Amino acid sequence: MQNQHRNLIERLLSGDRRALARMVTLIENEVPGTRDSLAELHRHAGRAHIIGITGAPGVGKSTLVTQLTREFRRRERRVAVIAVDPTSPFSGGALLGDRIRMMELAGDPGVFIRSMASRGSLGGLSAATRDVVRAMDAAGYDPILIETVGTGQAEVEIMRAAHSVMVVCAPGLGDEVQALKAGILEIADLFVVSKKDKPGANQTAAELAMLLSLAPERRTAAWRIPIVLTSALKGEGIDQLVDALERHRHFLQESGLLQQRAQRQIRSEIEALILQKVLQHLGEEISPDEWQRLLSEISERARDPYSVARELEERLGLVR
Amino acid sequence: MATTRPIRVLVAKPGLDGHDRGAKVIARALRDAGMEVIYTGIRQTPEMIVEAAIQEDVDAILLSILSGAHMALFPRIMELLKQNGVTDVLVAAGGILPDEDIPAIKAMGIKGCFGPGTPIEQIIQFVRENIHPERLQVEV
Ligand code: B12
Ligand SMILES: Nc1nc2c(ncn2[C@@H]2O[C@H](COP(=O)(O)OP(=O)(O)O)[C@@H](O)[C@H]2O)c(=O)[nH]1
Ligand SMILES: [Mg+2]
Repeated sequence: MQNQHRNLIERLLSGDRRALARMVTLIENEVPGTRDSLAELHRHAGRAHIIGITGAPGVGKSTLVTQLTREFRRRERRVAVIAVDPTSPFSGGALLGDRIRMMELAGDPGVFIRSMASRGSLGGLSAATRDVVRAMDAAGYDPILIETVGTGQAEVEIMRAAHSVMVVCAPGLGDEVQALKAGILEIADLFVVSKKDKPGANQTAAELAMLLSLAPERRTAAWRIPIVLTSALKGEGIDQLVDALERHRHFLQESGLLQQRAQRQIRSEIEALILQKVLQHLGEEISPDEWQRLLSEISERARDPYSVARELEERLGLVR
Repeated sequence: MATTRPIRVLVAKPGLDGHDRGAKVIARALRDAGMEVIYTGIRQTPEMIVEAAIQEDVDAILLSILSGAHMALFPRIMELLKQNGVTDVLVAAGGILPDEDIPAIKAMGIKGCFGPGTPIEQIIQFVRENIHPERLQVEV
């Protein structure tokens, strides 16, 4: 077992795509023992620029990812892509369709694309995404592009794993700008108005500029959030967008923010790991029956949540 | 060690074949059966399909073809899989596959051949039962 992990890591580090693909599967499925591999991979990671791409369905994220990848390839970078799509809450299955737009990249050995389903586990998805990024980073990919639909808390969490967050809007989708999630706005580093070949793109850009001017903390920041207009159809704006991303990376490095963000990330990662452990212990310490008894006592007002929590903390050895 | 997890499948349309209804029907049905389905879209070369299957680490590759070019495309796909050491992935095919070609297709290592009118339940069951069992153990 241990040896198999070692072998997999060695193959991954030497650029074997199948080893990376298998590592992602192990991470996604939380296979026991994978953490030891990740600990090893951590030592080889830390070089990649991690770029988050979010926005409503249909705004052109996957198309943009394809074009960005092509431009980064022209600049002789090896690119990895993680495309996240929602798991159906009814069946537990998922239709992962982002790859349709990216198939033209499939013949390029310098590109690695992986589709991931959200699998309904909030914290789980962002943790898994972070670990997949770690594996791709260790395998030498830089940048790593993460595409998600910017609808829920999980997406905001995933975007926190990115160094540069790009929010994509498209003209003609109604009050798209109004609908931007507050959480996403707070972490946006760049705005893209896609489909500038369509009418209304300038209007959408103007609305975004207005929105930004209303956010004083973003206005005064050292980084002025650019609004880049692109057309995948005509291949316009893509090199400007890559330039803007490179500028942002440079800015993060020079200002020390890159390290600060990375450290904040790692701290929350450690906290999440500990929390997960605590919950696991709690699950082992208290049987479903005992839970039921405690909950009944609390709802009958014989006991209260605070003293119960206190008692459980003691039993878990969290307080003396 | 054993972990249960969703089955991951690639639904692919090789060659210059625009008939994508069947592929889409299958993709949605497998999703509704709880699988994670990566759909490639139409006009895929064998190279693209095999590369996508590797990167996505899928349990099954489902080839849908109605153009008549299967005897040119399938051998290439099977050869590329072998070249890349992919030996534990189920490969199945469907669409317009004349009876006289089926023995040759099966001899290539392609497991099922499903023509027009195949009930979707039969396809779901076939995929579930023919995934290499060790893959679902998700070990190294
Ligand atoms: C609808 C149709 C079209 C539509 C396609 C629309 C679309 N976007 O899909 C249009 C009008 C565009 C079209 C065009 C053409 N068509 Co047409 N078309 C058909 C038709 C009537 C039905 C196909 C269909 O959609 N069926 C419904 C779906 C749900 O069924 P299915 O695809 O068969 O899938 C089922 C099973 O086969 C199976 N299955 C399919 N794939 C897979 C994969 C796996 C892994 C598994 C497990 C199962 C599985 O499961 C599905 C559910 O049961 C067939 C005739 C027929 N009866 O099949 C001809 C047919 C396929 N077409 C044919 C031809 C010749 C053409 C054209 C070349 C005509 C022309 N000269 O222009 C063009 C080519 C277009 C192109 N770019 O490829 C021929 C093919 C002949 C051959 N292979 O030898 C057929 C067989 C008609 C005929 N009898 O001549 N076509
Ligand atoms: N006119 C135009 N259409 C585009 C552009 N970019 C993407 N699209 C189309 O918008 C649709 C959705 O694109 P997709 O990349 O899948 O969006 P996603 O859901 O955000 O990933 C597709 O039909 C694309 O062809 C563009 O720059 N101009
Ligand atoms: Mg997409």
